[in-house]
Amino acid sequence: MPNILVVEDSPTMRQLISFAMKRIPESRIIEATDGVDALKKLASEKVDIILADINMPIMDGLKLVSLVRGNPSYKTIPIIMITTEGAEEDKNKALAIGANAYLTKPIQTQELMKLVNSFLS
Amino acid sequence: MEKDSGISKKADEFLQIFKRGEEFTKDLIKENERLRFRIAQLEESVEKSGSEERTRLYEDRIKMLEDEINSLMERYRKTEEENKDFASKYVEVEAENNMLANLYVASYQLHSTLDFNEVLRIVIEIIINLIGAEKFAIFLMDEKTNELLPAAAEGLSLQDISKVKTGEGIIGKVAKEGESYFLEDITNAASEISLSQPAVCIPLKIKEHVIGVISIYSLLIQKNAFSNIDYELFNLLAGHAATAIFSSRLYTQSERKLTTIQSFLDLLKEKPKR
Repeated sequence: MPNILVVEDSPTMRQLISFAMKRIPESRIIEATDGVDALKKLASEKVDIILADINMPIMDGLKLVSLVRGNPSYKTIPIIMITTEGAEEDKNKALAIGANAYLTKPIQTQELMKLVNSFLS
Repeated sequence: MEKDSGISKKADEFLQIFKRGEEFTKDLIKENERLRFRIAQLEESVEKSGSEERTRLYEDRIKMLEDEINSLMERYRKTEEENKDFASKYVEVEAENNMLANLYVASYQLHSTLDFNEVLRIVIEIIINLIGAEKFAIFLMDEKTNELLPAAAEGLSLQDISKVKTGEGIIGKVAKEGESYFLEDITNAASEISLSQPAVCIPLKIKEHVIGVISIYSLLIQKNAFSNIDYELFNLLAGHAATAIFSSRLYTQSERKLTTIQSFLDLLKEKPKR
């Protein structure tokens, strides 16, 4: 039963991602609206994979990745970044600080499914 | 003479015995040859017969096996074709599913609120996240002046966008005619931004009544072409965004009027001081 944490400030994107993730058998979706909210959810619940936007208020996705990777309890959790930034330098930056994968918007849900399933299996 | 006669007689007897032996030997040799021929014949017959029968048997089995192989090959070919068909159908269904998910989420979000500003924010989110546009503006029709006023923008300053007269320019024309506009080659849109030359222009329509226009000037760098889902989202925005915006604006006006009337009624209820 994978617990999937979706960190995204846009309700539209959050719903779309959650919608796609529900297709994974016995999955449970945990939603967070920003980095701080995500850390709270991480502290209180078991999480198997994190899908996070980069551009978010209060705490952005990159900061979140840094904090997650810096914590021994969470540092092995796979993190997939989802962002509007398509430049190669942005991708390299995200991967450098510890993200496992990188997807650009607009996302294709089948691509996202494939990626998430590859990390969960 | 007696001795000669005896010897001669014995010789004759011996000669006769020898001749009979010779004949017997000849007979034996003939019989032997005949038997040898017979054996050869039989061997040949057996060999041929066995070989032929065996060959026929083997050929029959070979034919049977070949038929079976052909049958299996045919079934394999059909199964392979079915697999390819299923695979392509699966990809098709996945793409369709992706499209429907996008449309469902967009529609759901658009009609999830009656707050005008919230509706505009949702339209913006749909255009950024689901379509992949970088710079765009939302114009709304002012019925009194028959002009399109900029109501929201992304990647651009709202102050830099001027109002548009209905019928004038691409945006004005789209508003007047109610038909979407698409730049043929959107890769050009990335290099040069012009507020009078949008890449995409979508009328917001309630039936045939245009209440606004969405004008997209550039796309995110990773997006270089429109796909089927984009055109579906454009169609959805043309209808659903228009309805959502119209409803929320109507609701806001109603709320305002309600507040005014309520205040007025409260005022009327106050008893005059004697």
